[in-house]
Amino acid sequence: MTTSPREHIVRSQDEEHQRLVGEILRMGSLATAQLEAALAVAERPDGAAAARIVAADAAIDALEREVSHDAMTLSLRGPLARDLREVLSALRIVSDLERIGDHAAGIAKRAAALDRAPPAPAADGFARLGALALRQLRDVLAAYRARDALAAQAVRDRDAGLDAEYTRLFRALLAGMTGDPDSVAAGTWLLFMAKDLERIGDHATNIAENVWFMVRGDDPLPPREKADRTSQAG
Amino acid sequence: MTDMTLLDRTPAMPLDPVPAPAMPPLATAVPDRPAQADAPVKLAVRGLDFHYRGFHALKGVDMEIPEKRVTALIGPSGCGKSTLLRVFNRIYALYPGQVATGSVLLDGEDILGPRYPLNRLRGKVGMVFQKPVPFPMTIYENVAYAIRHHERLDKAGLDARVEEALRQAALWDEVGDKLGQSALGLSGGQQQRLCIARAVALRPEVLLLDEPTSALDPISTGRIEQLIDDLRSRYTIVIVTHNMQQAARVSDFTAFMYLGELVEHGPTAQLFSNPSKPQTEAYITGRFG
Repeated sequence: MTTSPREHIVRSQDEEHQRLVGEILRMGSLATAQLEAALAVAERPDGAAAARIVAADAAIDALEREVSHDAMTLSLRGPLARDLREVLSALRIVSDLERIGDHAAGIAKRAAALDRAPPAPAADGFARLGALALRQLRDVLAAYRARDALAAQAVRDRDAGLDAEYTRLFRALLAGMTGDPDSVAAGTWLLFMAKDLERIGDHATNIAENVWFMVRGDDPLPPREKADRTSQAG
Repeated sequence: MTDMTLLDRTPAMPLDPVPAPAMPPLATAVPDRPAQADAPVKLAVRGLDFHYRGFHALKGVDMEIPEKRVTALIGPSGCGKSTLLRVFNRIYALYPGQVATGSVLLDGEDILGPRYPLNRLRGKVGMVFQKPVPFPMTIYENVAYAIRHHERLDKAGLDARVEEALRQAALWDEVGDKLGQSALGLSGGQQQRLCIARAVALRPEVLLLDEPTSALDPISTGRIEQLIDDLRSRYTIVIVTHNMQQAARVSDFTAFMYLGELVEHGPTAQLFSNPSKPQTEAYITGRFG
């Protein structure tokens, strides 16, 4: 061997790959900041802050287009093995991050509207669900940065806890709305916001599976528990 | 106030619903993946060593090549891949001082053994080289020459066999009306397909291709790769290539060799997406070579 096994003989390929990874991590940071801000608006409704979050979503969309472009440039080199899996995973991961950005914007929009609506049904647990989703996102991005398949698997395994928390909140909101018809409008918004958080958990799980694939290849992940029982609520 | 001008321009809705277009049945729209498993072993290499001029070129190679599948041999220059290919039809025996030990079983018979007739081996195992080498004779004679050497056919039989070989090599449509012209007038890509026609004219069972497209342009390369795809159902094909993407495109199985040893051998999709050995990963991703 004439070069370090970590570097390509064609060094520009390493540079293009580093740019791709950097853009994904930047996109992940933006999505995380958006979710943090959306959860803050849910805590203390603020129309102006919500509008900023909705407007900032465009930056995440723009980064997704940049990553797609850079992935295509890398594909022209005919990557194989780990390099091929890095490009395939990048395309899938940015699609999940883009959706996470959309869900964060959705939470912010509805949280601002909640302030103008009649009182929501008495149901706690939204902040807890939000904290769980945020942790999932942060941890999966750390797993991607570190190329850590086991950390990614841990994120995937924790999604069942997020689903269970979502099911608890769903049932509480449903019960609250049943007992107080005036709270249905705000309760419905809260249901949508909770669903946004549950979906963010799913996207974090998708990213975790792609980190596993990127690092380990075709090794199958063990089956995981699913704990969204909302279809049985009522 | 309603903008009537805009409404006036709105086309009237059809009264009858528009019928949905008929969808083709999914089974015909999606071609099946080619089956790869369960092919019998055509060539079995057992403990193969090869020496020439004091150089140990192959070191204890063991591998099995499945029948009617394409197997690619890859690896850096000097790794032994072309040497291995040349053992499969004993072409090395043309050169003094080259010695192969171990065994290579073709349908269970050791072709390295002294009792295996060379003429029979060359009839069963055809070879095409990196540089197309048409004989300085007509297109027809290029194909007919080897057939005459191995079989006695009448004129009609020979004509039919030449046409069959040229059709198999996807060349008939281009040269069928000029068989009497010199083969040296063909383009490089056509000459290479003529060499493949010459090899398949003997109806071999194994076809060895030693970097068959390295001297060709992309269009000619594409034609040869399509030809390999067409021939895979009739022949066991072993191809040596320096082009990893070509190995990934045309082969069912790939063997990676390094310094005379077989490092890894497995299904092509597996080897190029998730190789099991770090040396394979480093080589196919361009980290050494």
